[in-house]
Amino acid sequence: MADYLDEMDGIADEADPTVGDLEIQNYTINFGPQHPAAHGVLRLVMELDGEIVERLDPHVGLLHRGTEKLIEHKTYLQALPYFDRLDYCSPLAMEHSYVLAIEKLLDLEVPLRGQYLRVLFAELTRICNHMLNIGAHVMDVGAMTPNIWVFEIREQCLAFFERASGARMHSAWFRPGGVHQDVPLKLLTDMADWLDEFPSFFEDAMSLVIDNRIFKQRNVDIATVSKDDAVRWGFSGPMIRGSGIAWDLRKSQPYDVYDRMEFDVPVGTRGDCYDRFMVRVEEVRQSARIMRQCLNEMPDGPVASTDRKVVPPKRGEMKQSMEALIHHFKLYTEGFHVPAGEVYVATESPKGEFGVYLVSDGSNKPYRCKIRPTAFSHLQAMDFMSKGHMLADATAILGAMDIVFGECDR
Amino acid sequence: MANGAPTMSSNEGVAATLAKSLGAAVLDTVEAHGEISFTVDRKKLPAVMDKLRKSHEYQQLVEIAGVDYPERPERFEVCYHLLSLTKNHRIRVKVTTDEDTPVPTVTHIWEVAGWLEREVFDLYGVLFDGNTDLRRILTDYGFQGHPFRKDFPLTGYVEMRYSEEAKRVVYEPVKLAQDFRSFDFMSPWEGADYILPGDEKSEDGDDKGAKE
Repeated sequence: MADYLDEMDGIADEADPTVGDLEIQNYTINFGPQHPAAHGVLRLVMELDGEIVERLDPHVGLLHRGTEKLIEHKTYLQALPYFDRLDYCSPLAMEHSYVLAIEKLLDLEVPLRGQYLRVLFAELTRICNHMLNIGAHVMDVGAMTPNIWVFEIREQCLAFFERASGARMHSAWFRPGGVHQDVPLKLLTDMADWLDEFPSFFEDAMSLVIDNRIFKQRNVDIATVSKDDAVRWGFSGPMIRGSGIAWDLRKSQPYDVYDRMEFDVPVGTRGDCYDRFMVRVEEVRQSARIMRQCLNEMPDGPVASTDRKVVPPKRGEMKQSMEALIHHFKLYTEGFHVPAGEVYVATESPKGEFGVYLVSDGSNKPYRCKIRPTAFSHLQAMDFMSKGHMLADATAILGAMDIVFGECDR
Repeated sequence: MANGAPTMSSNEGVAATLAKSLGAAVLDTVEAHGEISFTVDRKKLPAVMDKLRKSHEYQQLVEIAGVDYPERPERFEVCYHLLSLTKNHRIRVKVTTDEDTPVPTVTHIWEVAGWLEREVFDLYGVLFDGNTDLRRILTDYGFQGHPFRKDFPLTGYVEMRYSEEAKRVVYEPVKLAQDFRSFDFMSPWEGADYILPGDEKSEDGDDKGAKE
């Protein structure tokens, strides 16, 4: 007791010559696995010096479901819905890589309308995803209102998915060879109306945060990543663009009809959390621009390949044609066979480069389907990004990374 | 190309140039589906990667994928996917290994390899020599085995539940009410290599007929 009081008063003795200073040791805390700002089941083991993060060890895998193993036991078509459940905030972007990989192995051509519909809905997915991330990010750093506003927009996006596919989130609408079914004309006209309305609403919500003093204090100069680091740590998507590298797979390695689209690639200047946030805000505007072009240019025609060895016939056709009935039966039992080979196909998902490495042995099931998640490399960099920052900044860093554990843990 | 898959800059001459530059380290070069993959000598992997990064502008390591081929003498393939941001080009570099032989790490070339190697180690049991943090990453704490090997059953060996008596999570051997059904899609007249039920009778009948 006396020692303790001496210490408080700063009285030194021979045994403990440090005057006044209490010797403080670093302590370790668990951030998560159940933490609202962890955006899922992330466990961060943090070593703190006071409030400063000294070392940070992310433990992932708490949502590991063995998707890749399950896919090896399913036919190519049965494996498709697993992709919706990877990044459940941008399900169609996940399907996009997978169907393109299958089409690349089959060398299958998709009709133009199918390609336009895919690009249209991929961009709608991007808006939908960014609405969630932007909202969650501003809420993590203390703002409540914009989150509720952008969730309203997200809800409208989900309504469009529902009208196209029947499901709000797990659409399973992109199929090898095209899309599952055509959209009604009314949906496209409603979407065009919505594209005129939602930007002003979105800008209103963003005007609350973009120049907000508190928001800037929480984000500017937090976790700056240089161009060199961004490349070495395997960053992609808004993370690499936030660091100032104009790298966008839609631009540099266009797929489907992205080569016909006109859009700008926003880049950051400082590579901090604020830049990553602003890159996403600008991407929403550019996505709306791409969607308008899709709606204007979309031709009529079939939405899926007419190759009956891959794409099943429509039900109406089955009532009339014996051959269609056989194709339907074979495709939904045995599935189609994919020639042996291996491809790596990566698309620009809202979170970054989402790749699928598909190895086929010529049978009706993938031999190996390796999914390249975007979050894996970003989360790995969390250690060096948060070093020296405050504990409270960890949520801002995590929010600006845009991580979803369905995809990270697979 | 007719399909809508991502395009990149031309492959023309790239395989030959790289194979020449890497020399004897390259064991095999395959160019298919518009993608180039090299199989390289496992021991020379770090040197090859360093050269690809420094001299050939493949700045990013995008992915490390393990693949299991149980019938091969060296059953695992470790595939490194590289991306060049400046040349807008992708290549794949492969090494083969077995359960006991470690693959040299590339963490000193790309930091991002750390977790990617951990993942391959966790799921396939491939060892990486020089990776200082080779812990499990995706599977449960205390998990045993390497689940993505082809000889690991899909249903696994243990299942987990919360036990009200023990007031904690307990692990038990997996019990399925119904066996996992693995359908055989091979049609009998397209070369199934097993005897269909009932066929053995007709073969007996044929034999008897031949003797008579």
